[in-house]
Amino acid sequence: MTTRLLTVDGLRAGYEGPVVGPLDFFVEAGEVVGLVGPNGCGKSTVMRVLTGEATVFSGSATRRDGLRVAYQPQYGLNTGGTASEIPLRVREVLRLMEVSQDTLPARLAALLDVRVDRLSGGQQQLLMVWAAIGHPADLLLLDEPTNNLDTDGEALLADTLRSLAPGRAALVISHERDFLTQVVDRMVEVG
Amino acid sequence: MPWDLLFDPLFRLPFFTGLVFAVVLPVLGLYLRMREEWLAALGFAHLGGAGGVIGSLTGIPPLLAALGVAGGGVAARGLVRRAGNDLYAIMILGGWAAMILGAQFSHHARTLAQTLVDGQLYFTGLEQLLTALAFAAVFAVAMPWLSRRLLRARLFPGHDRANGQPVAALGLGFNILVAAGVALASMAMGVMAAFALMFVTPWVAFALAPGWRAAVVLSALLGVLAYLVAFVIALVGDLPFGPAFVAIVVGLALLRLLPRR
Repeated sequence: MTTRLLTVDGLRAGYEGPVVGPLDFFVEAGEVVGLVGPNGCGKSTVMRVLTGEATVFSGSATRRDGLRVAYQPQYGLNTGGTASEIPLRVREVLRLMEVSQDTLPARLAALLDVRVDRLSGGQQQLLMVWAAIGHPADLLLLDEPTNNLDTDGEALLADTLRSLAPGRAALVISHERDFLTQVVDRMVEVG
Repeated sequence: MPWDLLFDPLFRLPFFTGLVFAVVLPVLGLYLRMREEWLAALGFAHLGGAGGVIGSLTGIPPLLAALGVAGGGVAARGLVRRAGNDLYAIMILGGWAAMILGAQFSHHARTLAQTLVDGQLYFTGLEQLLTALAFAAVFAVAMPWLSRRLLRARLFPGHDRANGQPVAALGLGFNILVAAGVALASMAMGVMAAFALMFVTPWVAFALAPGWRAAVVLSALLGVLAYLVAFVIALVGDLPFGPAFVAIVVGLALLRLLPRR
């Protein structure tokens, strides 16, 4: 028997006004669901409904009671402000997200004591994605996880998403349709 | 040189009052910088200064009035959805204008305004030491709880909100802590001294510390070191504490030029 983690029903959402919808989809435990669509069609807005940053104008996004969520935002460390210099070690970031160091890929484990602002763009992205994946959440929200990842990083991410523990699920936004084709069980067209 | 002044019991209360702020403010400044709101320190400092002057004009205890007006700044920040330093720039300008204009209406207010500019730490008394200690106690309880949440809100915005955590209340609580600390420190050691502690020492720590815990320790250590040196120089040299302290802290900024690991 499957467990439905998220049900999106007739959702129209946005900020000052709606930018996406109406949209219907669901995510069940054990699934990886992809959100696809052209740039600016409102894919990230759907996730921002779940993080409380976007407004629901009609319809609903209903979560299973007690659902734990891990969110990897599209723009992680690179806000462009003064805080792009930040004295945080990789291990401190992982601790913030309750990630066990035993589950880390070797290429990230080797960087545990490096400051995050001294990582390359690809290393930073791998860290941000892994901090979400390693969080003990039921539903992973990954917004453009392949940005800046090299081929090996993408392969590692694809393997990990394909072998999610039963009971967990992921909602993935990516402009890379090839990547999504490899990892998702279903795709939802947005816009 | 009057070195014996350093051991005069008259200066013990001011010494310990300033020492409390020298430890606490740099750590608060570290989190402000991480949130890209470092100008908040100067904004709340000016509001606190204006509150002190308004208090002396209206018969309200200046310390209480400083906290009240700085609290108004926190409320204004809560109403502005977009984060950033623009609102704090307005607080600086408005607070400065109110402080200087208010000082024209009574001798007592003028003296207080001058003290806020000069940073005459040596005039602080038992009431300010006790207030500083009470603030430090709240800080010691609140920060370990706030720290992880503030860092997560910066690196993974939306994550805690997606899990039903009261993120807005968290930001409000932190801003209240900052505004209270800055207002109290401004009244004790001067507006610019409070700002220097919250801006320069975290700025250096951001460049040199290998991690967050090290940055917390380093910024507090730099604050204490600068404070001890400035306290001695100002007392022995018969100089106003505020400018002497700010000059030392600004000198610390050169540490950013050290090679980074």
